[in-house]
Amino acid sequence: MDNFAVLLTIFVLAIFVGFEVITKVSPILHTPLMSGSNAISGITLIGAILSAGSQKTTLTMILGLAAVIFATINVVGGFVVTHRMLRKFRRKEE
Amino acid sequence: MISPSIVNLIYLLSAILFIVGLKGLAHPKSAVKGNILGAVGMFLAVIVTLVDKQIISYDLIIIGILAGSVIGTVFALTIKMTAMPQMVGLFNGLGGGASLLVAGAVLLEAALLQSGHSLQFTIATALSGLIGAVTLTGSFIAFGKLQGIITEKPVRYKGEQLVKILLLLGAIFLSVLIVLNPYETIYYWILTGIAGLLGIFLVLAIGGADMPIVIALLNSYSGLAAAATGFVLGNSVLIIAGSLVGASGIILTKIMCKAMNRSLANVLFGGVGAIIEQADASDIYEGKVTSTSAEEVAMLLESARYVAIVPGYGMAVAHAQGMVRALSEDLEKKGVEVVFGIHPVAGRMPGHMNVLLAEENVPYDKLLELDIINPRFKDMDVVIVLGANDVVNPVAREENNPISGMPILNVDQAKTVIMIKRSLSPGFAGIANPLFAADNTLMFFGDGRAKMEELVKAYKEV
Repeated sequence: MDNFAVLLTIFVLAIFVGFEVITKVSPILHTPLMSGSNAISGITLIGAILSAGSQKTTLTMILGLAAVIFATINVVGGFVVTHRMLRKFRRKEE
Repeated sequence: MISPSIVNLIYLLSAILFIVGLKGLAHPKSAVKGNILGAVGMFLAVIVTLVDKQIISYDLIIIGILAGSVIGTVFALTIKMTAMPQMVGLFNGLGGGASLLVAGAVLLEAALLQSGHSLQFTIATALSGLIGAVTLTGSFIAFGKLQGIITEKPVRYKGEQLVKILLLLGAIFLSVLIVLNPYETIYYWILTGIAGLLGIFLVLAIGGADMPIVIALLNSYSGLAAAATGFVLGNSVLIIAGSLVGASGIILTKIMCKAMNRSLANVLFGGVGAIIEQADASDIYEGKVTSTSAEEVAMLLESARYVAIVPGYGMAVAHAQGMVRALSEDLEKKGVEVVFGIHPVAGRMPGHMNVLLAEENVPYDKLLELDIINPRFKDMDVVIVLGANDVVNPVAREENNPISGMPILNVDQAKTVIMIKRSLSPGFAGIANPLFAADNTLMFFGDGRAKMEELVKAYKEV
């Protein structure tokens, strides 16, 4: 298989996994699920790191730096705020 | 510096942690663990990328990660729970923006090196820019609306649909230009500009009560933008994580649409389908509305055994959740059973009411969803509706009105309904609510927090 077919296969399968994993989500958790998954979408940080560290041109490095800052806020802020929210969810007499 | 196959294996481990983490996040008992697993997955992916041999200079990366971490942590720890919808919107926009910038940087680099472009690379780059820009500006407009900087009302004007369609066509045209002329990087920035405008106009046209759908949809887009960037870089972990988030956002969007009985197209493009004029509101209310006082409600509660509280966006606006908690505790001390009825689209983001009540330490097993609480209303002595309107409007069961077929909380089946509201003004759907005039409804007019305070005080004194 060529590279594109491999990536496309991964993409399609991951979409199906996503649907299967999250179909039965408790309504109580709609917000934390959103902010937690939001943090995961900050995975683009990986790409940002590669751009910022490649040292090809000043412009690409600046774009990379901005991307690293944006994505890190997304990742760190997202996971921390989700954790903070989830700690508040408790059952009776716990 | 480690070999590429080890890097890829660690990425695989990260992907597994994301999947297990998301699965955990969907259930209350495993949610905290799920979130931590997701964070560990991200940490591993970042570390292994840093030791990858592609990195030449660490200065900028360290500056960026430090700055981002500090800003993110400060925001996340200091933000009030009531401001959570706009916070989620803001983070979401930044994720989309980062994807756009990465794809742009990679395209610039490729143009500089005049390296061969595969079709896959250019299409993915264009998609990254398109989806990333819509996510960035759309989320910022959503943030502005939720923060009250931009009007919550849908911004409607003549030729509105045409503007959006032209912007979309423009974005597609620019995408084709990028694919045909990958070295002309200027096309990419024009594309992101047009797509950014599209994001602005799409979300401006959407009203406050439809925000839960928009936020869920933008959440999905931020994932898809990351996945597109994964195709640009040929990086599997970006594709997997991005598509997982894309899928989860779509599921949430579907749940929200179902809770409003509307199609996604109807929410995004609005006003589709004819609406039949409703009877004049004054005819419905005239002489039939009964208003009440804190003392009267307190007496009703005194003799009640089973009580439900139904909160809406009005509770969030009035910051009345603390008083709601206080009243529910006082009721329980006297042996009254108290539950909360939560409509899926109550508030401005999916799960908004749950977060506010959880912050007040209301146990989540008291927060009942539509299907669970609806059969129980007929056994309830008192239902207090606080700052909710359309989600309890019985007109939804009839034909030919803007909320026809929308699942509602059947509060009208309870013995007595107390509506805490400022006035008889209609909700977001703009239609009168016959519930206000029903024989078993008492209107308790005023500010949500002030009225709840009075009620707590009066209940202590009975």
